[in-house]
Amino acid sequence: MPELLKVNNLIKRFGDSTVLDDISLTVKKGEVVVILGPSGCGKSTLLRCINALEDIQGGEILIDGENILTGGKHNSKVGMVFQSYDLFPHLTVLDNITLAPCKVQKRDKAQVRDEARELLKRVGLFDKEKSYPRELSGGQKQRAAIVRSLIMHPELLLFDEVTAALDPEMVREVLEVILDLAKQGKTMMIVTHEMQFARAIADRVIMIDGGKIIEENPPERFFTNPDTERARQFLNTFTYESVRA
Amino acid sequence: MWGIEVIFKGKNLIRLLGGLGTALEISLIAVAISIPIGIILGILMAGRNPVIKAILRVYLDFVRIMPQLVLLFLVFFGTTKVWGWDLSGEVSAVIVFSMWGAAEMSDLVRGALNAIPQHQYESAQSLGFTPLQTKIYIVIPQCVRRLIPLSINLITRMVKTTSLVLMIGVVEVLKVAQQIIEANRMSAPNAAFGVYLFVFALYFAVCFVLSIAARKLEKKWS
Repeated sequence: MPELLKVNNLIKRFGDSTVLDDISLTVKKGEVVVILGPSGCGKSTLLRCINALEDIQGGEILIDGENILTGGKHNSKVGMVFQSYDLFPHLTVLDNITLAPCKVQKRDKAQVRDEARELLKRVGLFDKEKSYPRELSGGQKQRAAIVRSLIMHPELLLFDEVTAALDPEMVREVLEVILDLAKQGKTMMIVTHEMQFARAIADRVIMIDGGKIIEENPPERFFTNPDTERARQFLNTFTYESVRA
Repeated sequence: MWGIEVIFKGKNLIRLLGGLGTALEISLIAVAISIPIGIILGILMAGRNPVIKAILRVYLDFVRIMPQLVLLFLVFFGTTKVWGWDLSGEVSAVIVFSMWGAAEMSDLVRGALNAIPQHQYESAQSLGFTPLQTKIYIVIPQCVRRLIPLSINLITRMVKTTSLVLMIGVVEVLKVAQQIIEANRMSAPNAAFGVYLFVFALYFAVCFVLSIAARKLEKKWS
């Protein structure tokens, strides 16, 4: 499989603190890469850099061999879904989804609407196209936000802790949608704290700590027998020992 | 009863409504001037230039802290004394209310712009919108929805505050009311109560309609 994303020696600083320190990685077409790591390790910042929301202080980010213009200009091959969904509150679900394809890509409105309805049906929101974001639950908003990103036909989808702000019972409905995308062969980079989900969906797990990649392995290996002690410690924070004798 | 009958004597009712018309005219002209200026100032206040922001902040505080009556005296009497301008009461009132309205409006616009979360801009950017498209399709529609009810409330306050302009010789509704009461001092000694009650009803009618409209829009867009 050809490489879709290539990150070479990426360095990102906020003032004096180095958030991403010499990160290099590749993502092949059709691959699902899950990025794990403790809070503040730089994993969200990595996605934001790839999505051109941050300027970078060193290295390069190539998508399909093309250097992304850092600091503002967006690459249409990348789509991103955020933790806080951020639908546009003044537009209905359908308008939220169709605005960018119609205005940015200048696609035919009727055709875009048909596709939007098709995608909404797929994520179980067919009856919500006329609703406003404030009328939806967190899980429904996040699914609509995923559709809004999908309709732009990005080649690489970035998910930044998309279930972190949701009530537990809504996490599943969102993760099911992402699992479905994986089955369709979409290329994705996923930052998450849902370990079961990470294990189920990942082709490869990358663990970042202190701005560096400390381990990169297939999920079976990473979750059962990681190479590094740091990864082992990290995974242990998700399990509890019984207090009963 | 209560001197209300005085209102229906001669041309009194027409005169009162004329006075109300003067008050509304002053406020509407001031509103028409202050809204576009306020929008421009508000955009500057939400912007990045610290010098412009500081100057506008001082202007806003100055207009807010100064009682409107003092501002009216300053413009009406002060300019005559210092520069020899012969401004009419109406023109002075329009100047003062426009200064005040523009300042308050700019603060509302600044607030509405700042209330748009950073994430809205990032989502828009991630979907490929240019900065201009982001403003047209995402920022401005959200600001307008926030601003319309707030601006209607501001207009209501401006209409009410026009009652001060009688102090610089403008014959608006309150001044007409005083004149009517004076003229009927002998025949209807209770007129003060009835006439002012009627003035109250006039202000209420105008402002109540505005505030209902504001509430309706606020509910619709919240």
